Amino acid sequence: MCLGVPGKVVEIYEQDGIRMGTVDFGGITRSACLEYAPEVDVGSFVVIHVGFAISVVDEAEAARSYELLAAMGNLEDIDLPKTADGVPAEHYRPGATGTRR
Amino acid sequence: MKYLDEYRNDGIARALLDDIARTVTRPWTLMEVCGGQTHTLIRQGIDQLLPRDLELVHGPGCPVCVTPLALIDEAIEIAKRPDAVVCSFGDMLRVPGSSEDLFMARAAGGDVRVVYSPLDALEVARRNPDRTVVFFAVGFETTAPANAMAVRQASQLGIENFALLVAHVLVPPAIAAILVSPGNRVQGFLAPGHVCAIQGWTEYEPIARDHGVPIVVTGFEPLDLLEGIRMLVTQLEQGRHEVENQYVRAVVRGGNRPALDVVSEVFETCDRAWRGIGVIPRSGLRLRGAYRAYDAELLFPRANGVPASESEICIAGDVLVGRARPHDCPAFGTLCTPESPLGAPMVSSEGACAAYFLAGRRREEVGA
Amino acid sequence: MTDDVVHEFAMRCPVPLPPGDRIVLGHGSGGTLSAQLIRELFVPVLGDPLHELARLGDAAVVDVEGVRLAFSTDSFVVTPKFFPGSNIGELAVNGTVNDLAMMGARPMFLSAALILEEGLEMEMLGAVVAAMADAADRAGVGIVTGDTKVVERGGADGLFITTAGIGLVPRGTEVGPERARPGDRVIVSGPVGSHGVAVMSRRQEISFAGDVASDSAPLTGLVQAMLSAGEIRCLRDATRGGLASVLNELAATSGVSIVAEESAIPVLPPVRAACEMLGLDPLYVANEGVAVAIVAPEDADRILAAAREEDPGAHASLIGAVEEGPTRVSLRTGLGVTRPLIMLAGDQLPRIC
Repeated sequence: MCLGVPGKVVEIYEQDGIRMGTVDFGGITRSACLEYAPEVDVGSFVVIHVGFAISVVDEAEAARSYELLAAMGNLEDIDLPKTADGVPAEHYRPGATGTRR
Repeated sequence: MKYLDEYRNDGIARALLDDIARTVTRPWTLMEVCGGQTHTLIRQGIDQLLPRDLELVHGPGCPVCVTPLALIDEAIEIAKRPDAVVCSFGDMLRVPGSSEDLFMARAAGGDVRVVYSPLDALEVARRNPDRTVVFFAVGFETTAPANAMAVRQASQLGIENFALLVAHVLVPPAIAAILVSPGNRVQGFLAPGHVCAIQGWTEYEPIARDHGVPIVVTGFEPLDLLEGIRMLVTQLEQGRHEVENQYVRAVVRGGNRPALDVVSEVFETCDRAWRGIGVIPRSGLRLRGAYRAYDAELLFPRANGVPASESEICIAGDVLVGRARPHDCPAFGTLCTPESPLGAPMVSSEGACAAYFLAGRRREEVGA
Repeated sequence: MTDDVVHEFAMRCPVPLPPGDRIVLGHGSGGTLSAQLIRELFVPVLGDPLHELARLGDAAVVDVEGVRLAFSTDSFVVTPKFFPGSNIGELAVNGTVNDLAMMGARPMFLSAALILEEGLEMEMLGAVVAAMADAADRAGVGIVTGDTKVVERGGADGLFITTAGIGLVPRGTEVGPERARPGDRVIVSGPVGSHGVAVMSRRQEISFAGDVASDSAPLTGLVQAMLSAGEIRCLRDATRGGLASVLNELAATSGVSIVAEESAIPVLPPVRAACEMLGLDPLYVANEGVAVAIVAPEDADRILAAAREEDPGAHASLIGAVEEGPTRVSLRTGLGVTRPLIMLAGDQLPRIC
C-alpha cells in the first residue's frame, strides 16, 4: 500500500474510451491511465500506482517545501539533479544523492 | 528520477534526524500506518537512528497482510478451476491461505498470473473469452480507483468474462479501532500518503479531534518520513492534535475527486474482517448495484469445506495493531521466516515481520 | 530450524509445508530454495565424487591425466526468446562460457542440446541458432556436439537449450568460492540488474519500454585481464538471484563476513527506474554479463583498472570488503546504517505495497 512512483507524462492518447498516457520514469516508459488526472498536459509529473495516475505533482509546492528542507542540509554537499528529468549521470549509484564523489 | 531522488538526500536526512533529536524531550509512541512506509524505515535503518525516546510501532497498512484468509482460500479454489484464470498483484502470491498459497496452486496446475495493473487483467479477459478471468482486488483506498475503473471498463466494453474478488480495506476505521483497543499506546500517526492522495484527509480530522492524537499525512521516501516524524513530535511536544500534511507535493485536503466519484459509482462500504485482527465495521468495500454482476464471490460461491484456520502461534494480529513488534513473537525468525511463513506479515515484503526479518532485526539487537 | 521441529509443526500448522511436496518456481531462482534442493537432494543422491558439486563453484575443475579442465553445464528456458539486447541463443553460449571463465579457464568447446516444442516456427529456430553461432564466434569457442529433441505442444514453452562446456585451466590458477578472507576487497565488473529488467520489459503482463538491454556478454577476456593484474581469490558470475545471492554464496562457502557499500554498487538509470516502478531491488535481479571478484587488498586497484580497460568492465567498481566476523553479508546505507543483505527464498515479485 501503495507503491506510487513519480513520472513525467510524455504523451496523451485515448484508448477504449478512456484517457491514457505514456509516462517516463527516468529512462523507462509505460502506459498509465490518466482518467484520475484530467488536468495534466504533456510535461506534467504524476504519481503512478498500479498503472494509474493517482495524483498530479504540485511542482510549485514541491519546490517551496524542498527549499526549506535543503536549507537544513549542508548545502555544499548537495548534488541536486541538474537536468529537467533528474539524475544525468550515465551511471547511477542508488544511495549517493547528496554526497560528493 | 525526479521527485524521488532528492527525497533520499543523506545530508538533509542527517539534519532532520538532528532536529528531531533536539525536539524530543520525553518518550512518545508513534505509528506509521502504511507498509510502504514501514519498508523504507526499516531498510534505511531510520528507526535505529531516531532518538531512543521515540518508539515506532507499525500499523496494519499492508493490504496483503490483512486480506481475509477466507478470500485467499477462495482465490485458490477459483484458480484450480479449468474455466477460470486468477490474476493478482505479485505480493499476494506467497501469502499463506489455510493450507497453501497461490504459488502452490499454480504449481498444482492452476492458472495464476501476476499483473502490474488491473487493466492488464482486463486484457487477459479479452484474450481468453472462453474462461472467466478473476482479478484479486486487494488494496486500500489507493488501489480502489484502479480496480473500479477496470470493472467499469468491463461494463462499458461488454467484457462479460471478467470478475473481481474484492478484498478492499479502508484505513480510517482501522486507525479508530486501534485507538480504542485496550492497551493502545499509540500517541500519533503518520497517515499513508497515497491513500490520502485519493481520499484527502477530512476523515482524519474527527479522529484527531475526538481521540486527541496528532496525524501527519506523510510520503514514502526517507526525507518524507523524517519530516513527517518531525512534524508529529513537534505537535506532541506542543500538546497539539491536528491533521497536518507533509506530503504537499501529492496530497490535497479534498483528495482526488474524479477517483472518488468512480469508486462510489462502483463500490460501497461494508463490514470487513481483517486477517489477524477481526471484523472492523464499515472498513471494507464491495461492489454495488449493477456491478455486482462482476462479483467473483457471487459467480463462484465458496464450496463448504475446510474452515479458514490460522496458525496458533502467529501473533500477526498484535503486530498489525502495534501491540507487539515482530521480534516479540516466539516464532519470529525461527519457525516463521519468509520461506515458511506462519502469517501474512512475514510474507509480503511490506509486512512488518518480513521487513524486520530482512533487515536482520533480532530481539537482542533492539534495545527498547 | 531443524527437521524435527518442522515435522512436529506440520500437524498443527495450517501453513503449506516447505518444498518437499512439489517443485515451485522458487526452486529455480538461485535463492535459498535452489540451494536447499542441491544440498538435500542432488548432492546426497548423486554422490559428488570429487566434492565439486557441494563446492558450488560456477564450474567443476577436474584433473584428467595431469591436465586441469573446467567443466560446466547450464540450461536456458527464458521467455520471451528474444528480448532487448540479447536472446536465448546468445545467453546459452555466454552463460556456459562465463561459468568456465569464472574458474580461470579458457573456454574451448561447447555442446548444445535443444528441446523444441512441436509447432515452433522454423524462422525462430533459425534465428536462435544463428545467434548461437555468432556468440560462439565472439567468445572464441567451438560448438562441437549437440542433440535435438521435440516434445509435444505444451511441453517446452517454445524451446529450451542446455549447453555444457570444457575449458583449460592454466597451471597455477587457483580461484574458488572458498578462498575469501578478511581484508579482501570485493569488485563488481559492471552495473547490475540489466538483464532481468530487459527480459521483464517484454513479459506481456508487465511490459514497459525503455533503454534497457540485457548485459549478456562473454567475460573471458575481462577475467583473464583481471587474473593477470593480481591475486584473485574468488570469481563468480552473477546470474539469477542477482548480486546479493552471489555475495551470500561466497560468504557462506568461505565462511566470512562481507560488507558492501550501497552507494558504490552501479545500476544504470533506466534499470533503477524500472525497479522503482515495480518495487524490485536491483541487487536481486538477474544478470548475464557481470562478474563478482574477491581480490587481495594490495592488488585491488590494479585489478579494478585492468577490468575497466575491457569492454564489459567499463563500469567496474569496488563495492565492498571482507571483514572479520560471523558469516553474513551486510549493506551499508548512505546514512551509515548497516543492514543484512540476505538470500531470498524465491524470485522477487513486483509489489503494490
